[in-house]
Amino acid sequence: MTDLAIEVEGVAKAYRFFALSDVKLTLPCGQIMGLVGPNGAGKSTLIRILMSLIHQDQGQVRVLGHSMPEEQVAAKWQVGYVSDDMRLYGFGTLGWHMRFVASIYPGWDAPYAQTLLKRFNLRTEQQIRHLSHGERAKATLLLMLARRPRLLLLDEPTTGLDPVARHELLVELMDVLRDERRAILFSSHNTQDVEQISDQITFIDRGRIIDSSDKESFIERWRRLKLEVPAGVTLPGVAGVVDLDVSGHLATVTTNAHSDELERAYVNAGATLHEVQRMTLEEIFVANVMASRRERAS
Amino acid sequence: MHSFITISHADRRPMYLQIIEQIRHRIAVGDWKAGDELPSIRALAVATQVSVITVKRAYLELEREGVIVTRQGKASFVAENVDLGGQLRREELDQHLAAAAQIGRELALTPEELIERLRMRMTEGRKKS
Repeated sequence: MTDLAIEVEGVAKAYRFFALSDVKLTLPCGQIMGLVGPNGAGKSTLIRILMSLIHQDQGQVRVLGHSMPEEQVAAKWQVGYVSDDMRLYGFGTLGWHMRFVASIYPGWDAPYAQTLLKRFNLRTEQQIRHLSHGERAKATLLLMLARRPRLLLLDEPTTGLDPVARHELLVELMDVLRDERRAILFSSHNTQDVEQISDQITFIDRGRIIDSSDKESFIERWRRLKLEVPAGVTLPGVAGVVDLDVSGHLATVTTNAHSDELERAYVNAGATLHEVQRMTLEEIFVANVMASRRERAS
Repeated sequence: MHSFITISHADRRPMYLQIIEQIRHRIAVGDWKAGDELPSIRALAVATQVSVITVKRAYLELEREGVIVTRQGKASFVAENVDLGGQLRREELDQHLAAAAQIGRELALTPEELIERLRMRMTEGRKKS
């Protein structure tokens, strides 16, 4: 028994126009990881590898202690996967799907499924083909959640949900974490959702992981400094500066390694520190991606 | 259940600070008394839909300040301190004064001018009440 829900080391997967390379990732049980990246960054590819829907060219993948893809059957009993391109039977009702999933998975929790029906505002007699996009997304989530899987792999689970349904989903996801043996990895464009419920945050861009750490230290490291630079003063080169934007006598410094020493370095050089701003996860994300792209271009 | 803590996304302060402030407020108004047990980190995280790590950070910070105590690394309790409410209010006041001092510096006000403005505000308050 391992206390890591996900363990990925040196994973690569090459396609003609896209490659995932050198992916390293760990997610302990009892935690939520938010996977954030622009379109085409490789989020879905990574999640599909975790689910063994595609196999990595190289590297080790362990899911709930099972080596993937070799032991995928054992792992999948305990993994719940939801993605936007999953299809249900259009002519089947939601109730038919619930009975179908319950017949396969012994862990199906019927009372919990009833609670979820109410929370998501769905009815068992609804035919899937008559559901709206958001309702289909909720139906898929219900079928997964009611199995009570130990690990949830969710590819953009909040996309297409209205604000009320999104809130209900976040409530359910946090409820999963009541049990310290369970874990969630979800990808999202909605950095607010990620910032709110994630313990771990991983940024991915162009097939590479550009940053991954616990959320609190992530947000704590990044700051924007507003400086006034008098004539004749040159700002020193300081380690951990991601972006430096000078306009007239004012400068904005973006850092991913904020510290008192960093502030002092500018003040000692003759600049006046006007403000130290915290950054939202979205601002951090954009700054991080831009910096990583600049670095790789040079 | 413990929906007494609400996180605002319009609030620019980080979530752990919002949690700290609301717990202090609970204690300051006397809803939570010395020796009362706080919800577990995980339970509070589930109830507020905020990650475990954020709630853990808020609790660690409150522990460092002596507002709460954690026994055997398990349950947390409100610290035994008679004047916690007053102390917390004074700390809050200090924060506001620090912010005022910062703006004063930006406007190039002298300390005397700033104090005079504060005096005016205090007189205004008396007239209203």
